[in-house]
Amino acid sequence: IFGKMAETMNIVEEIRNRVILGEYNVKNVHTSDYPGNYPGYDDTWDMQKFQKNFRIDIVHLDESTMEFDMVGIDAAIANAFRRILLAEVPTMAIEKVFIYNNTSIVQDEVLAHRLGLVPIKADPRLFEYRTSAEEEGSEIDTIQLQLKIKCSRNPRATKDSADPRELYLNHMVYSRDIKWVPIGNQADVFADSVIAPVHDDILIAQLRPGQELDVIMHCVKGIGQDHAKFSPVATASYRLLPDITLLEPVEGERAERLKRCFSRGVIDIQDVVAKVVDSRLDTCSREFLRHDDLKNAVKLARFRDHFIFTVESTGILPPDVLVTEAIKVLMVKCQRFLSELDSTDLE
Amino acid sequence: MAGEGEKKPVLEMVQADGADEGCVTFVLHNEDHTLGNSLRYMIMKTADVDFCGYTITHPSESKINFRIQTRGSIPATEPLRSGLNELSDVCQHVLNTFQVSLSITYEINCPVVVQHTSV
Repeated sequence: IFGKMAETMNIVEEIRNRVILGEYNVKNVHTSDYPGNYPGYDDTWDMQKFQKNFRIDIVHLDESTMEFDMVGIDAAIANAFRRILLAEVPTMAIEKVFIYNNTSIVQDEVLAHRLGLVPIKADPRLFEYRTSAEEEGSEIDTIQLQLKIKCSRNPRATKDSADPRELYLNHMVYSRDIKWVPIGNQADVFADSVIAPVHDDILIAQLRPGQELDVIMHCVKGIGQDHAKFSPVATASYRLLPDITLLEPVEGERAERLKRCFSRGVIDIQDVVAKVVDSRLDTCSREFLRHDDLKNAVKLARFRDHFIFTVESTGILPPDVLVTEAIKVLMVKCQRFLSELDSTDLE
Repeated sequence: MAGEGEKKPVLEMVQADGADEGCVTFVLHNEDHTLGNSLRYMIMKTADVDFCGYTITHPSESKINFRIQTRGSIPATEPLRSGLNELSDVCQHVLNTFQVSLSITYEINCPVVVQHTSV
């Protein structure tokens, strides 16, 4: 729905469906369509009506990023999905680092911290949470990795070179040097997929001749709520679809200025008159409010129930799998409380 | 992820003496705005609910106080149960719609595979 010239919308419809961006504040932020608020409207939850109005349109999808529209849902639930994507979808990450030898410049704890943040490409759905903190860890809840590297002088370097890349061997420790050590039956279960960091060019530490790193790492399953290293997304965010309406015809030089007030591609000049072509591209900078003659010519609002999600994965799981898992996490939360309600006879 | 041998409460009910079953505060442990706000929305949309709200008592404790007051003498566990069921159904429908949309995307164009080039 693109803004038409002088579209009149019922005030009530506007309060129910739009968030208005004003000069000094934002109006109609909260959802108000609860039963009893508006006489003449039946706002009780109706699953049929929801299913009829709800749709998901995938705009862009590749290995690491996804952009999709969720239309016809309330902000509370859309936000729940966003929060779950950030903090409650589990992944595997390095948790315990057993340092057998670290003669590098990087302190033990700093090294361990950096190792924890390296994303590990292992499907967390194939592993379980570690139940007790004391145990060694078994093949179903732990991945064992090893980093063993020693820096030495390059015997074949020319006499007076100053380039570290020529003088030393193994002086940069990258994530590709982290090797997987299968325990138990993992070698059979993961026969066709190697467990390794997602990216092999993450610089972990730098060494000089004589320094070495000998480290065993245990990966466990965790969620972002516990530590940000477990978060499966680089980020997950949403914005609401803007709704730009021109309240009066704007033409000529004013139209040119109006065009520059919005992001490129939003406003187009057709027959000298400005028209809103694609409000989705706008970033709602509200620049037009700084021009006194354009201030009252535009009405800037957002659709309350149209969410444009952007999910960027760290590479552990593809973004569409992440969204699916997030929706399942919310379902599991509901089921947990439902079974709790059913099992205990609450007085 | 509860510890073995320890009984940690997940859901408690607190009711004022003398009040009817329709005004109850539920204490949900290990929850925050994620479930709190979405559940509050579903229960507010139910008919016969006079009041529904939730608070996070202290940000250091991960529990929420969820209050429901119903009209008439409907026990408060009813809208809670129906709200949870409906939220679960909404999630199921969102999941189905998403899967359908994904399969359409894969059909229309083989997904744009951008090879990650190492820097």
